[in-house]
Parts: sequence; C-alpha cells; structure tokens
Amino acid sequence: MFITNSPVEEILEINPQIYLLKVLSPELTSIIKPGQFLNIRVTNRTAPLLRRPFSVCDVIGDHLYLMFNVMGEGTSMLAHKQIGSHLDILGPLGNGFNLNGSYDTAIIVAGGLGAAPFPFVTRMLERKKNIISFVGGRSEHDVITYNLKNVQIASDDGSVGFKGNVVQLLEQNLELLQSQKIKIFACGPNAMLRVLKEFCLKHNFDCEVSTECAMACGFGICQGCPIESTAQSEKYLLVCKDGPVFNIKDVVI
Amino acid sequence: MSKVDLSVKIGSLTLRNPIMLASGTVGYGNEISEFTDLNKLGGIVTKSLSLKPRKGNPPQRIVETPSGMLNAIGLANVGVEAFIKEKIPFLKKYDVPLICNIAASTIEEYVECTKILTSEETIKAFEINVSCPNVKEGGLSFGNDLKSVAQITEKVRAVTTKPLIMKLSPNVSYIAEFAKAAKENGADAVSAINTLVGASFNIFTRKPKIQNVTGGLSGPAIKPVAIAKVLEISRQVEMPIIGIGGIMDWKDVVEFMIAGSTAVQIGTLNFIDPTAPGKIVNQLEEHCIKNGIEKISALIASYQL
Ligand SMILES: Cc1cc2nc3c(=O)[nH]c(=O)nc-3n(C[C@H](O)[C@H](O)[C@H](O)COP(=O)(O)OP(=O)(O)OC[C@H]3O[C@@H](n4cnc5c(N)ncnc54)[C@H](O)[C@@H]3O)c2cc1C
Ligand SMILES: Cc1cc2nc3c(=O)[nH]c(=O)nc-3n(C[C@H](O)[C@H](O)[C@H](O)COP(=O)(O)O)c2cc1C
Ligand code: FES
Repeated sequence: MFITNSPVEEILEINPQIYLLKVLSPELTSIIKPGQFLNIRVTNRTAPLLRRPFSVCDVIGDHLYLMFNVMGEGTSMLAHKQIGSHLDILGPLGNGFNLNGSYDTAIIVAGGLGAAPFPFVTRMLERKKNIISFVGGRSEHDVITYNLKNVQIASDDGSVGFKGNVVQLLEQNLELLQSQKIKIFACGPNAMLRVLKEFCLKHNFDCEVSTECAMACGFGICQGCPIESTAQSEKYLLVCKDGPVFNIKDVVI
Repeated sequence: MSKVDLSVKIGSLTLRNPIMLASGTVGYGNEISEFTDLNKLGGIVTKSLSLKPRKGNPPQRIVETPSGMLNAIGLANVGVEAFIKEKIPFLKKYDVPLICNIAASTIEEYVECTKILTSEETIKAFEINVSCPNVKEGGLSFGNDLKSVAQITEKVRAVTTKPLIMKLSPNVSYIAEFAKAAKENGADAVSAINTLVGASFNIFTRKPKIQNVTGGLSGPAIKPVAIAKVLEISRQVEMPIIGIGGIMDWKDVVEFMIAGSTAVQIGTLNFIDPTAPGKIVNQLEEHCIKNGIEKISALIASYQL
C-alpha cells in the first residue's frame, strides 16, 4: 500500500459513456491482484475533496487500466485528464478475488459497471479454467462486455439478449452450471447481488462478490464503509479492508 | 540536530512538535504507519474508546460536501479491553506520545474507562470527547451542557494524574465558557474543534444521504469556524489549546498557532494524503528557519488584532 504518481498514457472511450484510462505503473502492476482497487485523487484542490475508489480493470505489462462511467464531478475530472499528466494513486487496496480452487469453470456475473474488474480476472484465469460471462444491464447501453470471454447477455428491457435480469439468465442455464465444477465471481448493483445470493444459497454454489460502499480513506482508518457480517452481528466488516471481495455467504447485502 | 526548537508543552507533556493526528482519523495507528513515520509526530490520538465495543451506525456513514465531508460513524470502536490487548502492543513499538480519546454515554463510563486506561504506561494523556454529534444514546448531549462538561472534567480528573484534555464541541454559542469550565475543574488543555452538525439530501429521492440523517462536518470547509473558536478561547482563557479543523498543509498549522493553538491535530487530511503529517513537520521546520523563528512556540497566540 503506497501512493504513486503515474502518467496517464491514453483515455479510451469504449462507448459514449464508458471510459478506459491507461496508466503506466510498474510499481503497481507487479503486485496488484484481480479484485483489488485503487483510491484516486482526481485533483489537488479541495473540491472534490476525497479520493475516488476504482477497481483495477486490467493489467497488461506495466500498464493498468481503469474503467469508469462519468457519474459526477470526480469521474468527470478523470475523463478530462490530459495525456501525460500524472495521476495520484493510492493502492493496492482491499483483498481481491481468490482465483485458486478445484473448480474447472469460472462463472463471471456482472451487472452494469460491475463488469469493471473482470477483464483482469479473465486474463488471469483464461489459461487454466473455462470461463463463461453472464452480463446484464438495464438496457443495451448498460451492458458492458469489454474484454470478457464467452459472453451471455441479459437486459431488463430486452433491448439486447435475454429479457430479464442476469440471475434469471443463470436460472435458465442451470443445467449447464450443474454439469461442471464451477465457482462464481460477481460484481454489480446490490439489487442484483441480493437475488444472486439467494440463487447461490439455493443451489449451493460457491460465489465471491465484490461489494461497493461510499468511502473516505479506502484503507481502514475512517470506519466509513461498514458491511453487515452474517457470522458476527456485534460488529461490521469494512468493505475497504476486509473486502471489497467477500464470500457471498459471509455478508448481508 | 534541528536548528529549530519545534517542541511544545501540553500540561506536563512535552511534544517534540505540534503535529498530532486526530481521533477517528487514524484508527489505532496501524494502517497509517505504512505512510507516515509515527516517530516523527508530536502525538497520536486514538479513535474514541468506550467501555464496551461499539458497532457504530449503519451505512451510509459518509458523504462528501463542498471542500468537506459529513460522517456519522457512531463511535464504532473495539472497546477498552480489546484496545489494551490487541492495539497497544503495536503502538508500544513507537516512540510517540499516545493519547487516548474516550467517549461515553454516562459520566460513570468516562470515569471507568479512564481508571482502567490510566495504569497503562504507554498512554501519556487523555482526550475526553464530550462533543461527538453522532450518538444519541443516554439522551444527553454532554458537549452542549456546561454543567455536564464541568462534572465530567472533575470526575475524570479525580482518577488520573496524566494530562487531561477536554475536546470541545463547536455546536455551542460561546465555546470559551466551556473551556473555562474545563480549566476550573482540572483540565490541562482543550481541543477545539470537533465536527459541526450538518446534513445533506438527495434531491431526487428526497432522502438524507447519511442514514443517521445528520453527520459531523469536517475538512477545509470548517477551518474558518475552527480558527474563530480557537481565537475566542485564546482571548478569554489561559490554557493550552489544541487546534483542529480543516488543516490541509503547513500554512494552516501556522495559522492555527497564531490564532492561539499550542498544538494541532490533523484529521480528514489523513484520508486524502496519509503521508502529509510527516511532510508538514519538515515544512514547518523550513518555515521557521526561513523566517528566523527559533522556537515554534513563539507563534502561539501571536495574533496582532
Ligand atoms: C471498491 C470500489 C470499486 C469501484 N470500482 C469502480 C469502477 O471500476 N468503475 C466505476 O466507474 N466505479 C467504481 N466504483 C464507484 C466509484 O467509486 C464512484 O462511481 C465514484 O466515486 C463516483 O465519483 P464522482 O465524483 O464521479 O461522483 P459523485 O456522485 O460526485 O461522488 C461523490 C462521493 O460519493 C462517493 N461515491 C459515490 N458513489 C459511490 C459508489 N457507488 N461507490 C463508492 N463510492 C461512491 C465518491 O467516492 C465520492 O466521495 C467503485 C467503488 C468502490 C467502493
Ligand atoms: C470519519 C471521522 C471520524 C471521527 N471520529 C472521532 C472520534 O471517534 N472521536 C473524536 O473525538 N473525534 C472524531 N472525529 C473528529 C476529528 O477528530 C476532528 O475533530 C474533526 O474531523 C475536525 O478536523 P478535520 O477537519 O481536520 O478533520 C472524527 C472525524 C471524522 C472525519
Ligand atoms: S473507507 Fe475508510 S475504513 Fe473503509
């Protein structure tokens, strides 16, 4: 965990709303794991004041990639960074996905920008495991499939792929899932994760999920990012330090 | 050897420099030690400790505001017993004054916590938090009640000989009265200020952004309020003041000292740049050298009104 100032080398628009930031940082790329995140200071002025958390989207050689949507002031500033300017990055943060295990097929489940951490996961897994990606969104524009493998799509309005949510799509493919040794890796809005949890408990699937929460520090000093634990009700876990990736059984979503 | 004397005194406690880390913004020192050498600092204040562990408030606990943030953590902490067992061993490795911040829902709880902790040699002073805006328990908001502040100071004073610092609320009309009450009842110093009560709404859902509805405002947005409160106390009460509120760099520290602070605490800045506290110590030294200030304590209350 440290702070680096790393040059922005490219800003790619993967669709009119979604940007990809390419940053040179050998210090980070040599140690970062899929599912970990970075806390980025978008300006050295006092507004916006806090850093913004982003998953590492991908790592290729000495470069790391961040994928984001312009939500507010912070992400707007990121989208307008000059090529060659330096990005103040604090990381690597959080625990990341545990990709090891005796499963042979990785099922990726992503809702909207929940797709952000999975290109890196896919890159690390593709030589060792089969990968099937179930990707959902409200409509065509929200379905992000960038650098994913074997994609199956669901959209709430049916504008693309299966009409319905991504967990309904999983239900439809239950036979396929049950015929293999699988592990599920998921990220997306809480509403999606809630139904996914029910699905996983019902069918006894092992699932790791990346969660989100508004954060101030990102490394465990502010207590700002609690998440309810199913094991111990007397205290919260911290999304930034104990997560953001949890076994879906261990947290109340 | 430094050419400048950066040391300052809070009661019987000498700090090697005026830079302390504020309660609730450094956890128990562990994580921030990866960014800043704790041995370089004047002091470190723990997250508010209560007798029993506290779970704190449900999310969302944090929201950003213009040049500031609101928090409603709700004093989540491990409790006194776990602090002694699990957190002190780490802090013992450092040569930096450890100040325990205590929060409670009853006067007896303040006394009990202090009694237990005062026998720990590593703890060099107490900061008593009578001013957290995020806890409703007990039905009392101690920080707004002069009598309570006087009583808590007196009762806690009776059970420890270590320096006693009362952390005051800015959410009162005349903060100097509270400082006076603290001093008259045996406090060695006051900390000013804790966070200001604030709120923020989502205009589409019309719901508060913080689950607790209100939160405590911190960060650069509150600095002018904090400076005014420090000045008010400084002009009316003769006692060390620890200035807190919105410090972002060494210039803010100098400003707080001129307004009457003997030392300062850095809070929200730790979240944004956890390496800043160490850097600020160096920059203060440079400032003193450049301006022919031999003892940094010469800055204290050096305002020209
Ligand atoms: C572990 C983690 C990983 C993330 N990864 C990505 C990613 O890869 N791509 C991406 O586009 N977004 C990601 N997010 C969400 C992203 O941090 C927010 O969308 C972003 O902070 C919004 O900033 P803004 O200034 O544009 O918006 P504003 O609405 O102005 O943000 C205001 C404040 O709220 C906080 N905030 C708002 N929404 C969220 C949220 N959903 N999660 C956390 N904090 C929030 C911000 O940090 C900021 O302090 C991630 C969040 C977390 C916690
Ligand atoms: C997230 C957060 C948690 C805090 N927790 C405590 C606490 O437990 N006890 C306390 O006395 N003050 C607490 N404070 C107040 C700070 O110590 C400090 O008084 C305040 O934040 C103002 O300083 P700043 O503007 O530099 O942050 C907390 C502040 C923040 C932002
Ligand atoms: S964001 Fe500060 S503790 Fe998690």
